[in-house]
Amino acid sequence: MDPLDIARWQFGIVTVYHFLMVPLTIGLGTLVAILQTTWLRTGKEEYLRMTKFWGKLFLINFIMGVATGIVQEFQFGMAWSEYSRFVGDVFGAPLAMEALLAFFVESTFLGLWIFGWKKLPPRIHLACLWIAVAGSIVSAYFILVANSWMQHPVGVEMLEGRPVMVDAWAVFTNNTALVAFFHTITGALAVAGGFLLGISWYQLWRRRKDGIDTVGANGRVVVGSSDSIPGRDKRDHAMWIKSLRIGAVVAMIAFAGSAISGDLSGKLMFEQQPMKMAAAEAACHDGTSFSILSIGDVGSRDCSDVVAVMEVPGLLSFLAHNDFTTEIKGVNTLVPEYQAKYGTHLPDDPMLGERAGTEINYVPIMAVTYWGFRMMIGFGGLAAMAAGVALFLTRKGTVPASKGLMRLALVGIMAPFGANAAGWIFTEMGRQPFVVAPNPAMSGIDQVFMFTAAAVSPGVSGGEVIFSLVALTTVYAVLLVVEVVLLTKYIRGGVVSAMPELGHGPDKGDGDGGTHPGGPEADDDVLAFAY
Amino acid sequence: MDFLPTLWFILIAVLWTGYLFLEGFDLGVGMLIKVFARDEKERRLLLNTVGPVWDGNEVWLLTAGGATFAAFPFWYASLFSALYIPLVFVLLGLIFRAVAFEYRGKVHSDTWRTVWDWAIALGSFVAAFGIGAMLALTTTGLPLNENGDRVGGPFAWFTWYAVLGGLAVVGFCLVHASAFLALKTDGEVRIRARRLVARWLPLGLLPLAAWVIALAVLNGKWFSWLLIAVAVAAAVAAWVANSKDREGFSFLAMGLFLVVGSAAIFSAVFPVVLPSTLNAAWNLTVENASSSAYTLRLMSIVAAVGVPLVLAYQAWTYWIFRKRISVDHLPEPHDFAPAVGLSAAAPSAGVTGGAV
Repeated sequence: MDPLDIARWQFGIVTVYHFLMVPLTIGLGTLVAILQTTWLRTGKEEYLRMTKFWGKLFLINFIMGVATGIVQEFQFGMAWSEYSRFVGDVFGAPLAMEALLAFFVESTFLGLWIFGWKKLPPRIHLACLWIAVAGSIVSAYFILVANSWMQHPVGVEMLEGRPVMVDAWAVFTNNTALVAFFHTITGALAVAGGFLLGISWYQLWRRRKDGIDTVGANGRVVVGSSDSIPGRDKRDHAMWIKSLRIGAVVAMIAFAGSAISGDLSGKLMFEQQPMKMAAAEAACHDGTSFSILSIGDVGSRDCSDVVAVMEVPGLLSFLAHNDFTTEIKGVNTLVPEYQAKYGTHLPDDPMLGERAGTEINYVPIMAVTYWGFRMMIGFGGLAAMAAGVALFLTRKGTVPASKGLMRLALVGIMAPFGANAAGWIFTEMGRQPFVVAPNPAMSGIDQVFMFTAAAVSPGVSGGEVIFSLVALTTVYAVLLVVEVVLLTKYIRGGVVSAMPELGHGPDKGDGDGGTHPGGPEADDDVLAFAY
Repeated sequence: MDFLPTLWFILIAVLWTGYLFLEGFDLGVGMLIKVFARDEKERRLLLNTVGPVWDGNEVWLLTAGGATFAAFPFWYASLFSALYIPLVFVLLGLIFRAVAFEYRGKVHSDTWRTVWDWAIALGSFVAAFGIGAMLALTTTGLPLNENGDRVGGPFAWFTWYAVLGGLAVVGFCLVHASAFLALKTDGEVRIRARRLVARWLPLGLLPLAAWVIALAVLNGKWFSWLLIAVAVAAAVAAWVANSKDREGFSFLAMGLFLVVGSAAIFSAVFPVVLPSTLNAAWNLTVENASSSAYTLRLMSIVAAVGVPLVLAYQAWTYWIFRKRISVDHLPEPHDFAPAVGLSAAAPSAGVTGGAV
């Protein structure tokens, strides 16, 4: 059993899984911070409710990101020791900086935020959340610096067969990293926007179904209040409709941002990893047309069987170079170029085991890159369109009574997640067979590269990696179910799940809201929050 | 002797010591939830003593790992790949523990809470034991070949030193956590925690002492013995202070014991960072395992800014939550009825309307 393949599956699974939690953490964290700021400035209770409710869901999700994040740091040394030895001089630095400058900030200040309600002065309490959110954003930056160096090595010199850092500024301002950072943050906001939209839609639909809200003859919503269901008062309506519309607007803006950054990123990739983009297009021959749909076996890897059935002439050139006529190199042109530059066979190194001396296939699995690329854009675009439709449908203050639309809104939460995951799979798989991709472009250093086949730990057996793969995927699967069950429970609980003090009866929920947020409580109140 | 690699060796030793000092007590509290707490209230009390800080404490581990990767990539690669299986268990332990802290109180059912209590207790135990084993093997060596890869199969690391190291960290965590609980709680739990320290301190610290002494014998450096003497004195001081109801002093003395003990461990092996048990020529040392001077300089600047900052705001966190807590401080856990999904019973029941 070749540890290489199992280790690759493991890396893909744990990373994509981790990246289900991360965008929601970054995006939702930012929105909760904005909501709490708004509450502090306006004193309006619905913003407190929004802060508490979305904050609760944020925390349920946050912890899964923390738990799965540790695996990310450890797995380089565990399963990819040759990789770690090769790149340690330049790759370890952003990782260590993430821990020291971002992750400490994030976890410490989030602890202060969770337990600091009423205990810290309101402004300082809010600042703690903003600092924690800033920490998570900075953390994304450092990770993307590390990842982007694998996509586009800069700032190094080869010394005794290893890249050695000579220009930290180049590493930390790598154009690939800056664009990826922008793309990742907008992607995260799109996830959070869709999350707010879908859940709020469900809550408003439920209010209509339960007869709390009705639509009057003039078409305007008549907001009601339920005596029997805790927390279902008039402010409850205000909270959901505001959340929904904030979510929709954020999702649309975020999509626009990710389209811009995605376009920039694509242009960089045409230059830095032409094979990745050719594979994303299933483009065998040189040309200028963008494929809307190609049929045939896009998974054939030799490209002989692919036929484009629908194409937009000139679009590919535009995506790559901002004009309509520059020919983009296809797979058939690129393969001999790669072979001439980086060899046709893996080196005869005994460390590579049975992989030593085998022929190198420079074409990534085209089915993955082709569909990954389309799913990323498709899911993202779909979510943005849906957000636009949602804004229109809710312009009079509530959602339509349609159950189908409600289901669509809930299922739609998954679209931005899908776009994010597909984007990462495309980026990482499109780089194969390299783990550190060489860059023919001027801005890269061409001879800094590493084959994935040479990166895996030589001392680790297939059995060990299988053991960890099975253990981690099982645990992850169980925990994903637990997380979704908990999120569902708290979503169905409505705002009362996050503010039990509202449960005493409708419209009695002044608690710590209603009036403008005051100072810390009595000094003997040692626990503002308790597990 | 190269200055920067040595500096980074010291810094990584500091990070590990910081990790053991801080997460030492929250790992210990995690284990004690099954053996010390008597009822639900006490279990919640234990959890809440570390509630605001455990996550921040855990980052010390990530930082120690990341710093090793950045400053000594060869050390990081060899150690982590050689200890593949035990590290998988450490990861699983840490994952379960983290999730359990957050999820335990989210559903009000005894079964639910019992499951997560076990996740916290076992997760803490496995993580502490695995990290102890890893640190012990870092000092006594692994069967590494010329390239730094483990030979001899997935369990070639398994030696008595691994067991000793595991017990050492588990024992330390338990005693450290007892001292921490005596310092952080009030009422009956405080008295019982103090009794725990009095009874178990000598036994709990024994494996750690054995490890330190074994290293001093193996490596034969005179100042190791000096440090050991100080460590023993600190342990005795912790015990005496505890018996005189001076919890703060007792806890600090425990910390001193750890700092000095860990200094003895790291200084005994220096300049080797990871010995090869097959051939001393294949030892990883601060010189042959380190990154370039450029990277180390960059990281030194970052550490010079970052470490004091971290110490400052973490200290502030401990200051904010400095008060002792007791079972009386815990708010009642509250369940909630779902606002939606009550089926058809709810509609129109008691609904009042009004146009907006």
